[in-house]
Amino acid sequence: MADMLKKVPVREQDPQVRATNFEEVCLGYNKEEAMDEATRCINCKNAKCIEGCPVAINIPAFIHEVKEGNIEEAYHVIGKSSALPAVCGRVCPQESQCEGKCIRGIKGEPVSIGKLERFVADYALEHDIKPACPEAKNGHKVAVIGSGPSGLTCAGDLAKLGYDVTVFEALHELGGVLVYGIPEFRLPKQKVVAKEIDKVKELGVKFETNVVIGKSTTVDQLMEEEDFEAVFIGSGAGLPMFMGIPGENGNGVFSANEYLTRSNLMKAFDENYDTPIVAGKKVAVVGGGNVAMDAARTAKRLGAEVHVVYRRSEAELPARVEEVHHAKEEGIIFDLLTNPKEILVDENDAVKGMKVIKMELGEPDASGRRRPVEIPGSEYEIELDTVIMSLGTSPNPLISSTTKGLEVNNRKCIIATEEDGKTSKAAVYAGGDAVTGAATVILAMGAGKAGAKGIHEYLSNK
Amino acid sequence: MYKIVKAEELADKIYLMDVHAPRVASHCKPGQFVIVKLDDKGERIPLTICDYDKEAGTITIVFQIVGASTEKFSKLKAGDSFRDFTGPLGCASELVEEDIESLKKKKILFVAGGVGAAPVYPQVKWLHNHGIDADVIVGSKTQNMLILEKEMEAVAGSLYVTTDDGSYGRSGMVTKVIEELVNEKGNHYDVCIAIGPMIMMKFVCLLTKKLNLPTIVSMNPIMVDGTGMCGACRLQVGDEIKFACVDGPEFDGHLVDFDQAMKRSQMYKTLEGRAMLKLQEGDTHHGGCGNCGGED
Repeated sequence: MADMLKKVPVREQDPQVRATNFEEVCLGYNKEEAMDEATRCINCKNAKCIEGCPVAINIPAFIHEVKEGNIEEAYHVIGKSSALPAVCGRVCPQESQCEGKCIRGIKGEPVSIGKLERFVADYALEHDIKPACPEAKNGHKVAVIGSGPSGLTCAGDLAKLGYDVTVFEALHELGGVLVYGIPEFRLPKQKVVAKEIDKVKELGVKFETNVVIGKSTTVDQLMEEEDFEAVFIGSGAGLPMFMGIPGENGNGVFSANEYLTRSNLMKAFDENYDTPIVAGKKVAVVGGGNVAMDAARTAKRLGAEVHVVYRRSEAELPARVEEVHHAKEEGIIFDLLTNPKEILVDENDAVKGMKVIKMELGEPDASGRRRPVEIPGSEYEIELDTVIMSLGTSPNPLISSTTKGLEVNNRKCIIATEEDGKTSKAAVYAGGDAVTGAATVILAMGAGKAGAKGIHEYLSNK
Repeated sequence: MYKIVKAEELADKIYLMDVHAPRVASHCKPGQFVIVKLDDKGERIPLTICDYDKEAGTITIVFQIVGASTEKFSKLKAGDSFRDFTGPLGCASELVEEDIESLKKKKILFVAGGVGAAPVYPQVKWLHNHGIDADVIVGSKTQNMLILEKEMEAVAGSLYVTTDDGSYGRSGMVTKVIEELVNEKGNHYDVCIAIGPMIMMKFVCLLTKKLNLPTIVSMNPIMVDGTGMCGACRLQVGDEIKFACVDGPEFDGHLVDFDQAMKRSQMYKTLEGRAMLKLQEGDTHHGGCGNCGGED
């Protein structure tokens, strides 16, 4: 019987061992553990956890089915709201969403909703449980741009409503940030992402890879020449930012996007693949978000001593607490209240170090966080051979600049309504990071759902 | 899968292929490039577009063996396929976006070095088809590395071929021909487009700066995605950092920091060398010379 105040602990790979491999860190619940954890849910009538979920999964209902041992039924409850439960169970920030609202959390630990969702989804993948069948085809063609979380969700929802959906992906693999951004050790690509995308294919969604919208064809041409009646843009936020400090073009300075794309999408960590990656002996990752943690933990697995260099203090780290905890367990060193001033290079332009300055926290800024201020005279140098810049990303203007009448804001984000993804251009909807700037997988999925709803309403009333 | 409909060896270690990729062919313009990936485990390799046939839906690529991936490409025959073929990427050449009447008034000089003749060709052809004959200098190390001479002859105004070792055509570097045309023959050019190895483009730019001849170059740095995502291809151009894949590949040659770009292009040389060795040695590869500790 579970301790009502505490989560049933989840099994993880030993930190010392996992810091040298790319296997998944968290091993997940088995059926017994899941059923045990499910007994902790008190099945609230007015369930706050549902409000906390951006795609509004009926959480108490699926947990009830787990408690009864009806895992297939639990999967169908989740399937009504989410097309990617095995992904979300792994990468959602549950602590600030469903689990953050759980009544159990007031006195003790909340129900481990994320781990239960993951168990149900993995069980469905293992036992090849088919998603609920779509309604009859209605013959309306819809194009979805991008096969990341928002695009997959939008495509899945529209297919369930009977639409003829084609997803266009710029890269050679499907999944967007799920394959190029999030590492294997947090989200296995073959075992989880590819299989979950297969479920979307089973709904009748068609996929075309290697199509760069804005280059290979345009949104206008999709509608005028290929008879798509509506388009959903879920192209993400892929452009990396740099600091603009001296030495940043040196050999050994990478954007986190490049470093992670080489390792995750191109599988450079595996020597059977052709793409190279510079492992680095001593690496600094600049930034404190989830992407920074992913880059740091990847560099660690490739054999480097890794420092996370972040200008605020630990409390302000934007990364999930679980990710920071995992990083520390694996031996990542945190150089907090520290900011780079210059990257030092040798005569061949190869990185040899970094000049940094100590910071202190001043008055709160626009984000409500205390603003970091340089401490005069506190500069010092650290020896390094690799620097990974993880300062955030912004949307790629390839689509917005080639689509007539599509408005963007000053950050190049597409302007779209939150409730139905409607843009300034008729029949064009958008959502996810392309609209909000870099955010989370689940928020993008929520936006994909909203876009599907918007497109359905638009085409139903046309 | 993208089927290879024609494959031939143009010159020593230089290959030409026509690949069926209708989406790319339908949208491509001179100056753009594609990213090609051989198989599941392959790298994404950027290659310039040499020609295109919108009706047949094919793209012509030309590449030289420089590493393990291009070595593998070279073994492919007509009927084989690439797993991935993406494009057209990058911006079209500035010339094709310009007003055709004002373009007709300009005297244009192309300078192509080595496989640089491949991306130069579609631009010269495009101009020729629009009633503009540009002068073209093609430079090559030796006679058996010279490519596309006949094709270029058919579309160029005057064609000047030079080899470094004097084995064919004129003798010497392309810069020598530029000096000859401008200083000795007194030719006037409004713009020069130079495409070839970085070291060639650097020296062409040093010369044309002195000659006050505006020069456009096409950069081919290390890339991963080719869509602006990774930043591996960043270059210093004047005061700005530009991404060759989305801001280029063409830039004002007088503003490009070639020394930095050349150093950046060396970044994976050791790893590339090892990969090539592994490919060449096949099953006999042991990851090291026995004294060096192998690949560690």
